[in-house]
Amino acid sequence: MDKTPVIQVKNMYKRFGNFIANEDLNFTVDRGEIFGFLGANGAGKTTAIKILCGLSKPSSGNISVAGYDVYSQTELIKRSIGYMSQKFSLYSDLTITENIRFYGGIYGLSKEKIRERTTELLEQFGLLEYKDSLISSLPLGWRQKLAFSVAVFHHPAIVFLDEPTSGVDPITRRQFWELIYDAASRGITVFVTTHYMDEAEYCNRVCIMHESRIVAMDQPRKLKELYNAQSIYDVFLKIVREKL
Amino acid sequence: MKRFKAFIIKEFRHMLRDYRTVLIIFGIPIVQLMLFGHVITTEIKNAPIAILDPSKDEISVAVTNKILSSGYFRLDREVQSVSQIETLFKKGKIKLVLVFEEKFGEKFQKSGNAAIQIVTDASDPNTAAILENYIRGIVNDYLFEQLQTGIIKMSLTVEHRMFYNEELRSANMFVPGTIVLILMLISALMTSVSITREKELGTMEVLLVSPLKPIQIILGKVIPYLTLAFLSAVVIIGVGFFVFHVPVRGSIFLIFGLCLLFILLALTIGITISTVTKTQQAAMIISLAGLMLPTILLSGFIFPIENLPRVLQYLSIIMPPRWFLVALKDVMLKGVGIGYIWKEMVILTVMLFGFIMLSLKKFQIRLS
Repeated sequence: MDKTPVIQVKNMYKRFGNFIANEDLNFTVDRGEIFGFLGANGAGKTTAIKILCGLSKPSSGNISVAGYDVYSQTELIKRSIGYMSQKFSLYSDLTITENIRFYGGIYGLSKEKIRERTTELLEQFGLLEYKDSLISSLPLGWRQKLAFSVAVFHHPAIVFLDEPTSGVDPITRRQFWELIYDAASRGITVFVTTHYMDEAEYCNRVCIMHESRIVAMDQPRKLKELYNAQSIYDVFLKIVREKL
Repeated sequence: MKRFKAFIIKEFRHMLRDYRTVLIIFGIPIVQLMLFGHVITTEIKNAPIAILDPSKDEISVAVTNKILSSGYFRLDREVQSVSQIETLFKKGKIKLVLVFEEKFGEKFQKSGNAAIQIVTDASDPNTAAILENYIRGIVNDYLFEQLQTGIIKMSLTVEHRMFYNEELRSANMFVPGTIVLILMLISALMTSVSITREKELGTMEVLLVSPLKPIQIILGKVIPYLTLAFLSAVVIIGVGFFVFHVPVRGSIFLIFGLCLLFILLALTIGITISTVTKTQQAAMIISLAGLMLPTILLSGFIFPIENLPRVLQYLSIIMPPRWFLVALKDVMLKGVGIGYIWKEMVILTVMLFGFIMLSLKKFQIRLS
């Protein structure tokens, strides 16, 4: 397996006037890794994600995503990633098939490929008979799972999930994480932000941000050992208290 | 291009799936035109009238017969005194009372000057005006006949009036006005709502992260509504022309070109609105209050600009619909060429580029 990291971030800074949103971030993410990005609101997670997705430019630092430079190759980056936001990202007035066809289309997949993968996907979910139902008629859990499948529909190198499970019941969240593992096993790198600390336990590695900086980064198990904590939630509390 | 095509298809799907809105878009102008057309083409038949004729002489009876045989009026009753008239109107049974003056025929033959008073129930002003015009027409017609047959010899000044002209003219105003209104509605309101909807739902982020370029997203949003707006303009002009005989005297290409220019302008305004609003409701309120109201009130659609208070006249100068309406009416009704409306077209074009710059600037601010 290719051992070069898919995301490389060195000395990343992002300033908005006098305000520093990201201060000297350094990390790498390996292929097929599930990388959790934790932090309170306003810690700088969203800013970092936006830069990695090619939506905004960093103030300084060397950053590459999927092998492309974030300053000059954002177009190529956008083709190599998938994205799912905390808000629901499928169109509720379109049918399942129409949504899939749309996302497949904007990622430049051919008609045959779209058709093939759509059938595959719907069979996997057992949704074949609902393929022409409007998204609005599906329960929230199903929509969320579909949204994830659509985000990885074009087989991106990396998928960015911005608080994908907010407002979802625990059972669906569990199933949702099964999908994430499944994607990771197929070599898709998963970059996920969440504020459910229990979810952080499912990640291969977590990175905790606090006040624009990275304050801790390791495997959940090692972090818990290091901080002598029961859970990632405790780790997080200990770190934040330390900083106060 | 393939990505763009997928986006356009999706936008058309959104638009057509919401078929109620599309129905409304095509329904409003047609209903408006039909209603208006109904008013202008209404030949009020068999309107109940009363007659007060004290003398009952040859001439007054002849006039009465002519009026009653026209088919527009039906004699409900004869009255004997003026005092009865109001009671009749209050009962609402009659629309009009014809009052011949005393010794009508005698006076007419002696001096060639006798009066008929037409009393109408103006609580329904349209009907009253139309009926009055009918009577005038019939009476004039009678006088003319008499003059030709030489039975009476007198110098008659026929008061030449373009009957029904007012109604006809407002019909001609109505078609261009409706076009302005509908184009504004589709282009500015629907576009701004459709863009803010993506923002509100969070799908805009997904689009921005996708390989679609921002310009493709904007164009993709705009093209379906441009198509819809253009089709709607064609339908309105067509219905106006074929059903209500509203003239299309100028070049049809110039008219469509003008519509296109205005649609583009309105679309850009819609995009600009969507860059400053976060929710669909806000976009809708800004579009309605900031665009529809001025379109109706300040464009000269309903109130002639010359009749507006001075402050509002100045305000109307910055209203894009005003310039479009003036140019459109000139081309449609007067048949002028581009040489007469270049000023309006330049103003609209300048506004178009102004809004393009503004929306691009706002869009970029939002991205960074």
